[in-house]
Amino acid sequence: MSDINITVIDREGVSHKLIAPSDMNMNLMEVCKSYELPVEGICGGMAMCASCQVYVHTNNHFGERNDDEEAMLDDAYNVKPNSRLGCQISITTELEGAEFELAPEEP
Amino acid sequence: MIKTDIVIIGAGPVGLFAVFEAGLMKLRCHLIDAIPQAGGQLSEIYPKKPIYDIPGYPTVLAGELVDKLMEQAAPFKPGFTLGERAETIDELPNGNFVVTTSQGTKHEAPVVMIAGGLGSFEPRKPIIENLLDFEQKGVNYIVKDPDQYQGKEMVISGGGDSALDWAVYFAEKDSFVHLVHRSDRFRAHKDSVTKAYELAKQGKLKLYTFAEVKQLEGKQQLEKVILETKDGTVPIKTELWFPLFGLSPKLGPIADWGLEIEKNAIAVDTFDYQTNRSGIFAIGDVNTYPGKLKLILCGFHEATLAVQSAYKRINPDKKFTLKYTTVQGVQGFD
Repeated sequence: MSDINITVIDREGVSHKLIAPSDMNMNLMEVCKSYELPVEGICGGMAMCASCQVYVHTNNHFGERNDDEEAMLDDAYNVKPNSRLGCQISITTELEGAEFELAPEEP
Repeated sequence: MIKTDIVIIGAGPVGLFAVFEAGLMKLRCHLIDAIPQAGGQLSEIYPKKPIYDIPGYPTVLAGELVDKLMEQAAPFKPGFTLGERAETIDELPNGNFVVTTSQGTKHEAPVVMIAGGLGSFEPRKPIIENLLDFEQKGVNYIVKDPDQYQGKEMVISGGGDSALDWAVYFAEKDSFVHLVHRSDRFRAHKDSVTKAYELAKQGKLKLYTFAEVKQLEGKQQLEKVILETKDGTVPIKTELWFPLFGLSPKLGPIADWGLEIEKNAIAVDTFDYQTNRSGIFAIGDVNTYPGKLKLILCGFHEATLAVQSAYKRINPDKKFTLKYTTVQGVQGFD
């Protein structure tokens, strides 16, 4: 089995245990949407909006921001040092046990 | 009053294709869009991105697809009201609808098709406590009539194309520009970034990286903006601030048209993509139904079926049957 377990904390502070397939080329934004969590993913995953911004709680799962993502986060709201765009986080087995929190919705 | 057969709200790919399908049935269309060019998200958000799931095109740039759709719709002479947001839909006693825009332009038609995608694109506003006090009193989210600002000192915030393009534009027109950006990476085109740095060298523009406007001051009109930079706060005396952080889509007035809304989208019947208001259809990303997929190709299908019902509403007693374009070609309007 290639499923992994991750935790996503929604904007009300409720923690959701999610099981995500690591062999479907999915990203975190898509996994959240598939569980019907309130993640919009307006641009569809092109790092062109920040509606899927998350804070990474587990240090070893922060990963590296790519250039497009950095540039988008520069113009976004509520950005913290541990911010990432969910659409740029690929679901791989390395994310097993990771915990993320949804950033507030843009005003 | 602009009169037509179908008023289409939203000039994205699905709205444009609806013009073609309607044209085959000799129905005329007029499109309204809040952004000043056709193409919707494809033009506004990702014109240079390749799309791989348009049947028959292994790959096509979003901007190219819009050009092709415009070309395909052209024989049917669509009308356009661009740069104006559709605000209200009123029903006349004769059953026709009147769609009025933000600028007051009125459009009358027996059928309305909402192809509004994600909604209308609105400027992303910075979070500053007294921001609203200075809107249109020094704070502007879009640059309209640039001539009026020529030669003035101004602050422009943002790292994308519009921020950089306008900063370069005004600096070259003898305005003094303070360009403020949160980091030293810019989303804008390399060319305009290089130009901005050159202008900074020439003393025509002052660049503040790792900086952000945090406070606004003034009595009636904006008088001063206060930056937070890595070296502390910097006050700048200015009557003009353009926060240009791009656009983000909002459902906007669509939510007030008496339509059934589910999860930020308009609920439709999959028979013909009609909404709960007879004569008003919703096609493309703006609608929802069981099994909905937000794909351009699904929007094309929805537009085609919606137009069949539109025809029956407009011509209740006139027979018509599907014709293949391979048989008669495309007969445009004069």
